[in-house]
Amino acid sequence: MFGAGGGTSSYREIEETDLIILWGSNARETHPIFFHHVLKGIGNGARLYVVDPRRTASAEWAHLWLGLDVGTDIALANAVGREIIQAGLVNEDFVRRATTGFERYREAVEPYTLERAETITGVPAEAIRQLAHDYARAERAELCWTLGITEHHNAVDNVFALINLALLTGHVGRWGSGLNPLRGQNNVQGGGDMGALPNKLPGFQDIEEDANARARFEAAWGCRIPPRRGLHVSQMFEAMEAGRFHGLLIIGENPAQSEADAARAVRLLQGLDHLVVQDIFLTRTAELAHVVLPATASWCETEGTVTSSERRVQRVRRALEPPPGARDDLEILAELAKRLGHDWGKPTAQAVWDECRQLSPMHRGMRYDRLEAMGGIQWPCPDEDHPGTPFLHGRLWQDPVEGPLAPFQPVEFEPPLDALDDEFPIRLTTGRRLESYNTGVQTTHYRPPLSKGERIHLSPEDMAALGIREGMLVRVVSRRGAVVVPATADPGLRQGLAFMSFHFPDQVNTNQLTLDRWDPKSGTAEFKATAIRVEPIETAVGAEAMEVRR
Amino acid sequence: MNRGVSVAARPVTVTVDGQAVEVPEGSTVREACAKAGVEIPTLCFLENLTPVNVCRVCVVELEGSRALVPSCSRKVEGGMVIHTDTPRVRTSRKMVLELLASSVDLSAAGPEVAEWLAAYGAEPERYGRRAPARTARPDLGEAATVAQPPKVDNALYVRDYSRCILCYKCVEACGEDAQFTFAIAVAGRGFDAHISTEFDVPLPDSACVYCGNCVGVCPTGALMFKSEFDLRQAGAWDPARQTVTPTICPYCGVGCTLELHVQDNRIVKVTSPLDHTVSHGHLCVKGRFGFEFVQDRDPGG
Repeated sequence: MFGAGGGTSSYREIEETDLIILWGSNARETHPIFFHHVLKGIGNGARLYVVDPRRTASAEWAHLWLGLDVGTDIALANAVGREIIQAGLVNEDFVRRATTGFERYREAVEPYTLERAETITGVPAEAIRQLAHDYARAERAELCWTLGITEHHNAVDNVFALINLALLTGHVGRWGSGLNPLRGQNNVQGGGDMGALPNKLPGFQDIEEDANARARFEAAWGCRIPPRRGLHVSQMFEAMEAGRFHGLLIIGENPAQSEADAARAVRLLQGLDHLVVQDIFLTRTAELAHVVLPATASWCETEGTVTSSERRVQRVRRALEPPPGARDDLEILAELAKRLGHDWGKPTAQAVWDECRQLSPMHRGMRYDRLEAMGGIQWPCPDEDHPGTPFLHGRLWQDPVEGPLAPFQPVEFEPPLDALDDEFPIRLTTGRRLESYNTGVQTTHYRPPLSKGERIHLSPEDMAALGIREGMLVRVVSRRGAVVVPATADPGLRQGLAFMSFHFPDQVNTNQLTLDRWDPKSGTAEFKATAIRVEPIETAVGAEAMEVRR
Repeated sequence: MNRGVSVAARPVTVTVDGQAVEVPEGSTVREACAKAGVEIPTLCFLENLTPVNVCRVCVVELEGSRALVPSCSRKVEGGMVIHTDTPRVRTSRKMVLELLASSVDLSAAGPEVAEWLAAYGAEPERYGRRAPARTARPDLGEAATVAQPPKVDNALYVRDYSRCILCYKCVEACGEDAQFTFAIAVAGRGFDAHISTEFDVPLPDSACVYCGNCVGVCPTGALMFKSEFDLRQAGAWDPARQTVTPTICPYCGVGCTLELHVQDNRIVKVTSPLDHTVSHGHLCVKGRFGFEFVQDRDPGG
């Protein structure tokens, strides 16, 4: 946000704020311990708003649930912004001192009246008005989101629409006021921190624009760093399709099952001249590889660090001896480098980290012994006496503001790409369930009684209209593929909305249905909005036959 | 409206066993004792839970107070004179431990419980032989017990209520102190009081979401990881051979610290530190139980 890719607040602030908005996030199931902090906040008097097409387990705790239609977030956010402006609730002092582009924003949201937003989103105008007024009037407010915002073809615009609301009200850069993307994986934040982004060096230093940073890395590494961004995953698949991409090293990811339009992903991976997969399992992706490099499990068989959603860098440690033949990721990379003509020796995780600390100013103070003693440290931590930073962008409240002002980014609503019509009348959205995780590589090995295998959740109204009984097998058809799956009634869904997870791809490969059209700015595919139809299969055999065999 | 402002608490001076100590206003008597270097036994108290004052093993004598007071919850007041080792205190703790030990199987409780039984001279056997099955009306010469077969109704954890002292910790962790799932409560009264799911249904039919936060706070082994239960059944559970390594959960991005308890290169249970600002000792089902995938990779495993 405003140059630093991380959530602005600490979990403790969620406990001490006055208003919490979960927008496109079912944290109760997907970030359960973060939700403990939300529950503490509610206990301390905070009000909770949940914006989600589904009435989720999180929404059950909300003071107000805004059940918008899938993919209409920008229309809703712009209407909230317009209402705040119309009602005279803008934090004018903050907007004047700390932001740019307000006038353009005001003009852009002007057409988004409450009535028009109600028509687009399906949320009653009065509920939108209440959210707008409550958010603007709250002394402190935390706005949190997850993949319900980012797994859309206009993901980055969705995020801008939310940031605009925080700028309008001054709900950023203070204790208890912030903007928080909740990270879905234990080190997706750390990956970004370490420069696993097409255009960043470690510490979010720009590879194209920051010549000083490049020079530091060049001096440390004794090589030239081309000032040119790389490709993100969706672009890589495009490059494969165009025949411009011939070899791939995949570390710890299972795109054969996690990519949208899975059939296309498999076809393109199969077409590579050379595919190397480094993983702890022989995943479906690894089965396609020319070479598989068995790796150790990073969280319990190796040393290192990960970064959490509150920017807390924490140590992972080796607790288990890895199985015979599996090698540390770091060791594998060093050995690959050696084959490519560079002898890095046998670097330890700590040695690599200390090098990173020298090159990334925001990590400089994070010595291993400090990370250990302090239960992790939140970046930025510029020196070895620095306690870490609980919230970002406090500088926006300095007078005058130090550094660049925060820009409003006006954005326009666009409907999801996979349009509904008579042939595909139901909107399928995908997500996670509490007890399972991603493509199930990790979670099909334990046996929580909650796990029922894959099912399609339908509204009771659609079940009745289609003559589908609980547990009956149905065929789910999209413009790209079809799967067969048992159906279950979910009163949290309104008519025309369906839900599936992608945790059991060997049983039901949900991503055969999804559309691989991605946001040009983030590279994230529109997993959240697929047009489907649901056909009952006459010879229903019940869900038991489809249960995952363990 | 909650302002979230923490004002520095004023200091309060109290006397513990003749020694003056200064603690911040709002501290408990137990905390003042700890500051004075006096450790107080507790069963139902835990740092991450609200005190419920049921076990009474932490009682101390307070000058001017007619009754003994539970030190885990009683707040200090200026000038308090606290005695932790008087005959009244010792007798009370001895009785509490005897009554618990005569009716409940404490063999899987932490080693400190056996130390307290010895230190306070508890003689649970003076109430008679332990009745072999749960009953409020034992035969002559028998002590009433809560003995009953363990409930093994899922693959993740076991409930052995013959070990349950009704400390309420599991109920609090499942409820308002952490999880807000409310899958369990205390049902029945008097000797029939017991921890129960709704209508005593098996766990898979209850509201339980298998976070295991009840297991994490249980002081007596009444709630136990299935992995620990199986090892104990096989006579192979051996804490002396175990290591505990803190690391970070491999699942979502919240970043909960997991303490991996490892025996013979297998994870046998997972806990989380009570004093960490991220998890406060609590985990979800994946963090607590979702570790099997790293143990299924041995050749042929």
